[in-house]
Amino acid sequence: MDKFTKITGVAAPMPLVNIDTDMIIPKQFLKTIKRSGLGANLFDEMRFNQDGTEIESFVLNQPAYRKAEIIVAGDNFGCGSSREHAPWALLDFGIRSVIATSFADIFYNNCFKNGILPIVMPQEVVDTLMDDARRGENARMTVDLENQTVTTSDGQSFAFEVDAFKKHCLMNGLDDIGLTMEKAANIDSYESKAAALRPWV
Amino acid sequence: MTARTLYDKIWDDHVVDQAEDGTCLLYIDRHLVHEVTSPQAFEGLRMTGRKVRAPEKTIAVPDHNVPTTLDRANAKTMTEDSRIQVEALDKNATEFGLHYYPVSDVRQGIVHIVGPEQGWTLPGMTVVCGDSHTATHGAFGSLAHGIGTSEVEHVLATQTLIQRKAKNFKVEITGSLRPGVTAKDITLSVIGETGTAGGTGYVIEYCGQAIRELSMEGRMTVCNMAIEGGARAGLIAPDEKTFAYCMGRPHAPKGAAWEAALAYWKTLFTDEGAHFDKVITIKGEDIAPVVTWGTSPEDVLPITATVPAASDFKGGKVEAAQRSLDYMGLTPGMKLTDIKIDTVFIGSCTNGRIEDLRAAAAVLKGKKIKDGMRAMVVPGSGLVRAQAEEEGLAQIFMDAGFEWRLAGCSMCLAMNPDQLAPGERCAATSNRNFEGRQGRGGRTHLLSPAMAAAAAITGHLTDIRDFAIEHA
Repeated sequence: MDKFTKITGVAAPMPLVNIDTDMIIPKQFLKTIKRSGLGANLFDEMRFNQDGTEIESFVLNQPAYRKAEIIVAGDNFGCGSSREHAPWALLDFGIRSVIATSFADIFYNNCFKNGILPIVMPQEVVDTLMDDARRGENARMTVDLENQTVTTSDGQSFAFEVDAFKKHCLMNGLDDIGLTMEKAANIDSYESKAAALRPWV
Repeated sequence: MTARTLYDKIWDDHVVDQAEDGTCLLYIDRHLVHEVTSPQAFEGLRMTGRKVRAPEKTIAVPDHNVPTTLDRANAKTMTEDSRIQVEALDKNATEFGLHYYPVSDVRQGIVHIVGPEQGWTLPGMTVVCGDSHTATHGAFGSLAHGIGTSEVEHVLATQTLIQRKAKNFKVEITGSLRPGVTAKDITLSVIGETGTAGGTGYVIEYCGQAIRELSMEGRMTVCNMAIEGGARAGLIAPDEKTFAYCMGRPHAPKGAAWEAALAYWKTLFTDEGAHFDKVITIKGEDIAPVVTWGTSPEDVLPITATVPAASDFKGGKVEAAQRSLDYMGLTPGMKLTDIKIDTVFIGSCTNGRIEDLRAAAAVLKGKKIKDGMRAMVVPGSGLVRAQAEEEGLAQIFMDAGFEWRLAGCSMCLAMNPDQLAPGERCAATSNRNFEGRQGRGGRTHLLSPAMAAAAAITGHLTDIRDFAIEHA
């Protein structure tokens, strides 16, 4: 997994609430057995007409946002399906951080497994960041995981909360399966205990 | 001892390790696997030389991609990429030694219907699957939730998940439901009340007389859509109905093991005075038959209502509501019962069980669907299909003009050939009305199986209570 420490980049404004994972990556692109290559179809049905031409009004098709690395979004981003293809598509497009007032649980977890930092901010901060994002490519936002801050292009800085363990894994690009396997003895001992208490499981 | 909720009890019994910051390693009793969200996980195991830690607790079944037409044994009915995914699951299940129900097996079906049916899902267990509707299994008083593919790989390798405990949310439905009102109307009404983010960070426990009065099938419908309200999991405390459902299932305990299990299962309830972080109470008699009008499952209204205007909403929802109205092609103020329907889909992990088919068949018996209507029933599993045939339901559906299909997820998410065309409008018993969910440009109204059947006959969204009177 790619490490995440600090990025400075263009933020795309997507104020719509309830952006679901079907919008992020429609089902016809889930028929892959790979994790890569999904960026071309990120937000496919919002981004492209049926004939494959771009829908000009969609934010990521506008010249200022074609290389966005951050999305500032409306409430409940990533709701719906558990498909990890959603963060894979975001990452493959180049998005490393999403900022919103809330995220759906499964999507939120999936991001951390893929080097993407989802940031929860209060409404008034999201409003400020959304305004900054609307200024286009001249407005480059900075997301600093180590110091847990987001800084707008004009220098306003906002602190955010993140789980210490998730932060540690993201900053170091750690594979959490490896970490859990170090606890194999605990799992063994749980299994013997459980086998005695609930042998039918 | 402190009073604990049902969720607290199941959680406590599965903690393998707890770090100082509260992060836990949680043991997983059952891992369900399907073809769409697992190939990358198995590939990860291969690349790192890891094995499946507990293949005997891992159950695989293809469901999302599989065609549901009768000719599906012919591999050509699947697109190349779908076929590759299903074949990858065949290969992975065999190579890693998992319990497996291939497409050709009569027990094949939607993973969330097969699990309970085969007795894999039992009270007090932790159940995960790379699918958000894993919440379904909470109907048994098991802690069940969806996970991403990286977590699928984590569970395959370690039989555990790294988790932080969620908060407790009690949803109480008091009293009894009125005639024509079903489990689907309960679960949609709750989402209408809480919004799709109302349950985020919580595990919901559904309780109250109306929940107790539901069958196991109905309880599965309620828990299935907990995720649509943002809750990772929904739970219902097990009772005699739960035990009766589990008894005799192929993988349920037998004999002395059954008695031991039963004694444990009977401890699985929320203690008097246990703390809930959030509580809502809805009167069962206040719940009407409902439908969705928009493109979020929270866009729920009683069937007697009219289409809202964007200006009826506040904040970010104003733009979303306008977008929904445009997408759905609806005009504010029109009666929901005036909305014309082109297609009816009965099935999915929400409403693809025998009771759902019985409810729809009861409405359809002796009647014909509207001319030009496309209507299909997709049973949730091969065994549901067989039972429906035995009960004569299949014949009722076919006589009415419905297509009688083989089991799978089908048009709920349209990964197989069953899709809506742009602009086509569908009354669906499934769980998501998102833009493009059932096919690009397709328009979905979520409702109960009986209401879907009534719409197939009348050609428009229909109040099942009026329908029942007119056709008495």
